[in-house]
Amino acid sequence: MFESLSDRLSKVFAKLTGRGALSEADVTEALREVRLALLEADVALSVVKDFVARVKERAVGQEVVKSVSPGQMVVKIVHDELIATLGAEGVELNLAAVPPAVILMVGLQGSGKTTTSGKLAVRLKKDRKKVLLASLDVYRPAAQQQLEILARQAEVGALPIVMGEMPVAIARRALDVGRKEGYDVVVLDTAGRLHIDAELMAEVAAVRDVAKPVETLLVADAMTGQDAVTLAREFNEKVGVTGIVLTRVDGDSRGGAALSMRAVTGRPIKFLGMGEKLDALEPFHPDRLAGRILGMGDVVSLVEKAMETVDQDEAERLAKRMEKGKFDLNDMLSQFRQVEKMGDLKGILGMLPGMGKMADQLKDAKIDNKVMGRQKAIILSMTPGERRNPDLIKASRKKRIAAGSGVSIQDVNKLLKQYQQMADMMKKVGKLGQKGLMRHGLGGLMPPGGGFGGGKRFGR
Amino acid sequence: MSKKGFFGRLLGGGAAADAEPAPAPVPAPETEASWFARMKGGLSKSSSRLTQGLTDLFTKRKLDDEALEELEELLITADLGVATAGRVTRRLAKSRFGEDIDADEIKAALAEEITAILAPVARPLAPDFSRKPHVVLVVGVNGSGKTTTIGKLAKHYRDQGRTVLLAAGDTFRAAAVEQLKVWGERTGCPVIARDTGADAAGLVFDALAQAQAEGADLLFIDTAGRLQNKTDLMDELKKVVRVIKKNDESAPHDVLLVLDATVGQNAHSQVEVFKEMVSVTGLVLTKLDGTARGGVLVALAEKFGLPVHAIGVGEQAGDLRPFAAAGFARSLVGLE
Ligand SMILES: Nc1nc2c(ncn2[C@@H]2O[C@H](COP(=O)(O)OP(=O)(O)OP(=O)(O)O)[C@@H](O)[C@H]2O)c(=O)[nH]1
Ligand SMILES: [Mg+2]
Repeated sequence: MFESLSDRLSKVFAKLTGRGALSEADVTEALREVRLALLEADVALSVVKDFVARVKERAVGQEVVKSVSPGQMVVKIVHDELIATLGAEGVELNLAAVPPAVILMVGLQGSGKTTTSGKLAVRLKKDRKKVLLASLDVYRPAAQQQLEILARQAEVGALPIVMGEMPVAIARRALDVGRKEGYDVVVLDTAGRLHIDAELMAEVAAVRDVAKPVETLLVADAMTGQDAVTLAREFNEKVGVTGIVLTRVDGDSRGGAALSMRAVTGRPIKFLGMGEKLDALEPFHPDRLAGRILGMGDVVSLVEKAMETVDQDEAERLAKRMEKGKFDLNDMLSQFRQVEKMGDLKGILGMLPGMGKMADQLKDAKIDNKVMGRQKAIILSMTPGERRNPDLIKASRKKRIAAGSGVSIQDVNKLLKQYQQMADMMKKVGKLGQKGLMRHGLGGLMPPGGGFGGGKRFGR
Repeated sequence: MSKKGFFGRLLGGGAAADAEPAPAPVPAPETEASWFARMKGGLSKSSSRLTQGLTDLFTKRKLDDEALEELEELLITADLGVATAGRVTRRLAKSRFGEDIDADEIKAALAEEITAILAPVARPLAPDFSRKPHVVLVVGVNGSGKTTTIGKLAKHYRDQGRTVLLAAGDTFRAAAVEQLKVWGERTGCPVIARDTGADAAGLVFDALAQAQAEGADLLFIDTAGRLQNKTDLMDELKKVVRVIKKNDESAPHDVLLVLDATVGQNAHSQVEVFKEMVSVTGLVLTKLDGTARGGVLVALAEKFGLPVHAIGVGEQAGDLRPFAAAGFARSLVGLE
């Protein structure tokens, strides 16, 4: 669905062979693509504009290093600027207060505050903190019960629910209990509210004044659109935010809202919510999010995952063949095997730069992990000659293969069609850049030391 | 601007709503000043920048390239997406390029373009009560407003004297069952539930059987929120549909995908995947009482053409409105 920025830029710069400094015209054209990529990733327009202006300033006149293309050069500048904007990684919670340190959770309805409260409790407990969870959400039905259940699951304290008690009073009681019972941290989960709801914003400000939190975390959904700037600005102005938690990062949104919110508040992104389970809270890595926003591929995660599971020699052999634009049914079989080992096919392909399109094609071709077994069987029913040279496979051979693998002829045809699509894609990939995609993408695209160094191993 | 005029338009009755289908049966209390105030509040804050921008832009100026570009950007900030914003702007350019035009004219023209896209999808929910029950499955990503929307719909049909059953199909999230039970109490609808952790498909099977035995008019099935890229959770949802079909081949008669108005371009993926997996038949857009305009709906209407049945404008049982194309389009561009 999305075209990755590296794909876009390789198109823009395909005609461009000139060396030397990046001209204003080159940069302007490239930045049109950057702007588009950012907007498609849901970065707010005002933030996009500032960002593009900064990149332009840095890029024009920049010498293009010998071994890279202008497109790669621009990607590097964009990538660096994005990381700089997203801010430092792993900014820890500030708990420097006379205990109990109070963490106030705020955000829109349905953004994930309650689940995140539970996750924080789990995390803090691991750090040997004694944690008390208290729900101030007296509005949404069963919200207080929800937090109570999460507290039980996290094996931390829960403030007993007193029906009819209002938020400020609950906060007072939570602090009281926190002090008396020797808690290190009190997490105050609040009701979701709209930043334009004056009454409820005043209420949460009153809670803040009573509770004097060391951290006020704005919890926001990674799939938030352009409104991210408005909500972040308003929450920051009206309540005062110390950090941002981005939730549902395990979804397939590009997560541009993170950049918007960071840019308008200047507050660090502290955690990413990566799933519904209570341990699914991760510290923030700007490089990973930058890759995701721009569609440059979450190379770091891929490489980590790949290194664990993929047969290195086989990967290298495949990568070499791909560079030459070669791809036969043996390669397809071997890919199936690797993908099976690595997990979800779409997920893996989505992480690879330049592979976004192929992931789409594969999706159209309806490959999923389950039918892969059957497809493997089809290929295994072919002779070595057929696998090397699929053009050999005509009607009678198809019949034999179908019988051998226990599928219908249509299934064989389907597989051959998929193969053809992949082979065509590989050919294109082979032509992409003088060095081919794998190096282009993993080894070449990212500068050494840019956090992607591990790519080489997988790439070559 | 009178309140009545605004409502008339928004609810699909007024003069500006020629393009609208017949007034919707989804809740339409005529005089809800509180909601009006809220929506207006939201609008005036969020659209104020949009409105201000437009006003500055077009106090009688030429509709030239620069003006169009700014217009396109204003649509982008409402989440229409780059492609749709571009298309809408180009269409406007075709008819009005070079004209001297003032802010209100341009807004109205823009709203008309958008209304034309949205009018075909503005179709209210139309249950066939003779089915006993008409089965409505409610799906969506986490926190989008599924349970609340069920509460609102339940109230609407209860108020019409219908017998409504609710199935607590979210057996995963902590206290989800309790949440739906509260809505059941509020609206006077029995809730069929099992403990958290129980098999959702099994519960749904029982609920449908009970609704059939009782001859209920409507059965709303709540489901756990799930991200569309989680294959296992999507399979689980498919299983729920299979189990429903085992009992009634024609059901579920409606599969509502609940979208949060704050969502950006990921809505495309949500609709695409949920549609493919469980044959979504219609959309509900929630949280329009905030500052997010839900403009991605315009792109979704172009791409998928799925009916939009209703919008959520608050957390209370009465905060559901029919989706009216003209009203939505006008609020999107900062008119009203
Ligand atoms: N302001 C506003 N809030 C809404 C609206 N619809 C739902 N909400 C709130 O959004 C939050 C989430 O709503 P739920 O109905 O629990 O959402 P859900 O999709 O069932 O959530 P999960 O079951 O957890 O996936 C709650 O706080 C609701 O009160 C709306 O139209 N406007
Ligand atoms: Mg729910």
